Amino acid sequence: MSTANAAVHAAHPGHLDTSTGLDSRKMAFWTFIGSECLLFGSLIATYLANKGKSTVGPYPHEMVVDGKHVEGILNIPLTSFSTFILLMSSVAMVLALNYTQRGIRSKATLWLFLTAFGGSIFLGCQVYEFTHFWHEGLTLQTNLFGSTFYLLTGFHGAHVTVGVIYLLTLTTLSARGRIGPEKALNVEIAGLYWHFVDVIWIVIFPLVYLIK
Amino acid sequence: MTSETREIIHDQHAHPTNRFYIVIGGILILLTVLEILGYVGETRGVFSQGTAALVIGVLSAAKFFAVVAYYMHLKFDSRIFTGIFLFPAMLGTLVIVGLYMAQQILPRWGASLGF
Amino acid sequence: MASTATVAAPHPAAVPATETGIWSWITTVDHKRIGILYGVTSIFFFLVGGLEALLIRTQLIRPENKFLSADVFNQMFTMHALTMIFLALMPLTAAFFNYMVPLQIGARDVAFPRLNALSYWIYLFGGIYLLASSILKIAPNVGWYAYAPLTERPYNPGPNVDFYVLGLQIVGLSSIIASLNFIITIINLRAPGMRLMRMPLFTWMVLITNVLIVTALAVFTIAVTQLMFDRMFGTAFFDPARGSDPLIWQHIFWMFGHPEVYILIIPIFGIISEIIPTFSRKPLFGYNVMVFASILIGWLGWGVWSHHMFTVGLGPIADSFFALSTMLIAIPTGIKIFNWIGTMWGGAIRFTTAMLFAISFIAMFTVGGISGVMHSAAPADLQQNDTYFIVAHIHYVFFGGTVLGLFAGTYYWFPKVTGRLMSEKLGWAHFALTMVGMNLAFFPMHFLGLFGMPRRVFTYEYGLGFEGMNLLSTLGAYLIGVGTIVFVVNLVLSARRGALAGPNPWGAATLEWSIPSPPPVYNFREIPVVRSRMPLWEGDPARDGGIPHGRVEEETEQVTIAGTKIGEIHDPEEGENKMSTHDHGIHLPPPSYWPIVTAFGILLVFGALIFRNAEGALYNLWYLSLMGVGIVVVGIYSWAFEPGH
Repeated sequence: MSTANAAVHAAHPGHLDTSTGLDSRKMAFWTFIGSECLLFGSLIATYLANKGKSTVGPYPHEMVVDGKHVEGILNIPLTSFSTFILLMSSVAMVLALNYTQRGIRSKATLWLFLTAFGGSIFLGCQVYEFTHFWHEGLTLQTNLFGSTFYLLTGFHGAHVTVGVIYLLTLTTLSARGRIGPEKALNVEIAGLYWHFVDVIWIVIFPLVYLIK
Repeated sequence: MTSETREIIHDQHAHPTNRFYIVIGGILILLTVLEILGYVGETRGVFSQGTAALVIGVLSAAKFFAVVAYYMHLKFDSRIFTGIFLFPAMLGTLVIVGLYMAQQILPRWGASLGF
Repeated sequence: MASTATVAAPHPAAVPATETGIWSWITTVDHKRIGILYGVTSIFFFLVGGLEALLIRTQLIRPENKFLSADVFNQMFTMHALTMIFLALMPLTAAFFNYMVPLQIGARDVAFPRLNALSYWIYLFGGIYLLASSILKIAPNVGWYAYAPLTERPYNPGPNVDFYVLGLQIVGLSSIIASLNFIITIINLRAPGMRLMRMPLFTWMVLITNVLIVTALAVFTIAVTQLMFDRMFGTAFFDPARGSDPLIWQHIFWMFGHPEVYILIIPIFGIISEIIPTFSRKPLFGYNVMVFASILIGWLGWGVWSHHMFTVGLGPIADSFFALSTMLIAIPTGIKIFNWIGTMWGGAIRFTTAMLFAISFIAMFTVGGISGVMHSAAPADLQQNDTYFIVAHIHYVFFGGTVLGLFAGTYYWFPKVTGRLMSEKLGWAHFALTMVGMNLAFFPMHFLGLFGMPRRVFTYEYGLGFEGMNLLSTLGAYLIGVGTIVFVVNLVLSARRGALAGPNPWGAATLEWSIPSPPPVYNFREIPVVRSRMPLWEGDPARDGGIPHGRVEEETEQVTIAGTKIGEIHDPEEGENKMSTHDHGIHLPPPSYWPIVTAFGILLVFGALIFRNAEGALYNLWYLSLMGVGIVVVGIYSWAFEPGH
């Protein structure tokens, strides 16, 4: 048992009368994350199983079709940038949690906001990417790559969207002083969600964008 | 990093310091840069496709574990949480590997063995 | 949400009275009421599913029958499976989880009472949605496995498959939410002293089942989401014309589908493991081994999915692997069978209706298990696949296994829920009709399959040699129908006029029998402290009360091989349960109507998508699903900030 847990114990003594000494909400959230692993796992599995089976372009990476060289549609620099932003927002998230636990409200609010802001930039990049692909002729219906790519990254994007709304809600609450150190668990759980979304992107980014 | 981790565990507040989190963030960025370099190297023909895939895979696994262990606190938290997370994560991996084997690898093996 | 409001001091006089009226049921967050709601709803759907089965069997009673058209027949066998699996059996096990798990672990409610209500309302709405499709005669008509590409729009342009996709999306969501709740309840709300290895076996099985639900149904959610995108938005996931391999659907479906089989049977293992010790007056033989065998079954259940696909031509490598892994499952399952027999051996057996069903479960489930091992041999399966032999197998497993187990559980726990015993006379009649009926209905199907009658055909010609067996089978199905009517009559009559039960009519050992029947709204006036696996069978009073082996777990039988104890593990909690023995008073969460509102929003989100494929003005109704999203958002925010929770 770690001391981190002991600190949480001290923060809310009455609520932690559980068999494991762990908070039920946090445990439920981890279980939910476990379920999400299978959701994303299945999406990634279908992406990989259908990889390279599209019958018409656009294709993700450059390749040779009928002796002709075809450019890949994925924009690696743009996505590397948005990956960087998402990682940074995870850093902002841990800082926000740290300040919340220490009761430094203004900084907690600021970092919560910056986390949400990073998420919004990531979403902006994704919207740009999707519309760009749309104009290039890649739709949900075009080919297997389009279907699997849009569903996988779109499902992740939907999670980011929910996360941004979640974080903005917490930012508002924190700004109004409704999240003190005794309620740091709320921020911690939001953090778990946010980092999980980040972890999924850590898996998707190489599998979809970097590995041909 | 071990000494730093130990220091954190003995820390009274029990939460890693900002500096520690920023260091982890720096490592994550570094690993991402290496991943992208792997991609670039493959495009320029420095390594083969297989090597690049392996390198990028290992790097992203390292990132995965860094975020899960430090940012999601599994390293510092109860082992029950680790179990609750790892079991489905392993099943998810099984689904990915299983479907990939069935659709992409076994047909090739079958062909090479003359089935 | 984890915290609950203090509505009353522990003083008995200040304990809230039970409220009545429809509104109190709609807003209830009490696990016992939700359990009753689950039970009543799922028995209703069980009757619907049974009716569908009778229609199918009536069509097949003689060759070239014209009772049902081919299309309606297709809808009926699909809906029979969907109704039974998703709307009757899974929720009926959930009814037991809801009612019994908190009582067995000595808790006052589940970990998240409102979430519990939410999962019930989603299930109810999803069930009505699916049922509506069969009343409108546009029900799913592609089998419960819905193999691609038959499910794609070009081959199935009507709304039938849309109902499948959307209805199961809704029902699946309900199961996932419910199982999150049960997992946390079992891990976190055990009474002081109740270590993991002291939990009643039913609670253990519930834990394993819900871990399977939370993982396997997630896979299924993605499968139906992809099919939904194919049908609603024209994606290419399962469209061979655009390069996809429709086998991907089969793989993902059975990755869910096989654990689903265990989701339906593992809770029954738990129910049987409660009933047999109680009526044998003997502790369960090999408790530890039972737990590990079930965990092993849960694990292996993830590695056998392709045994449903031997005939698709995966090649000898995959076929050998999956044949072997499937045969492996017979080992832990066989261990359980022998453990139950070992429990009865030398016990003082009382043949109550519950016990009769439990014993017949062992026999019937073994029959189903043996034909299961036959299928696992890939070459044999090539002959049996898609014949009535498979139908015989799954009915011996689902009916002979799950349904008999649920009947047993109902007779066993009914007195706890209502305070009254079920009639043993009617119970005997029910048992006799069911046993004769099921063997008459399902055993001839083995022969039909070996004679070559394919599954899912709506009729057959004269002179193929199928007439006699089909007639027998249909008569058996009618007998089951009569038996089920007796069961329902028994339920209704006994609930009103049954003999009063008292707290522990069977002299059972677990905590739920230590409190009055029906339990008060707060369950336990004082949270019990647990010292053994069988709290009510401890010490001399139990021994004097006729329990021949009334011992605590330190003395229970161990399986010993060459002097080494097998099946004993290091307890993950190292003998600790951090739940304090200090009682903070009775906390009950106030009722809430946000669960039903949110559930309605979820119904709209998925349900209204059916109009995507509609013609004309109806098409516009699909925008209701956006409205559903709005309701869900409002619901979640109101939920999060609801005072008192």
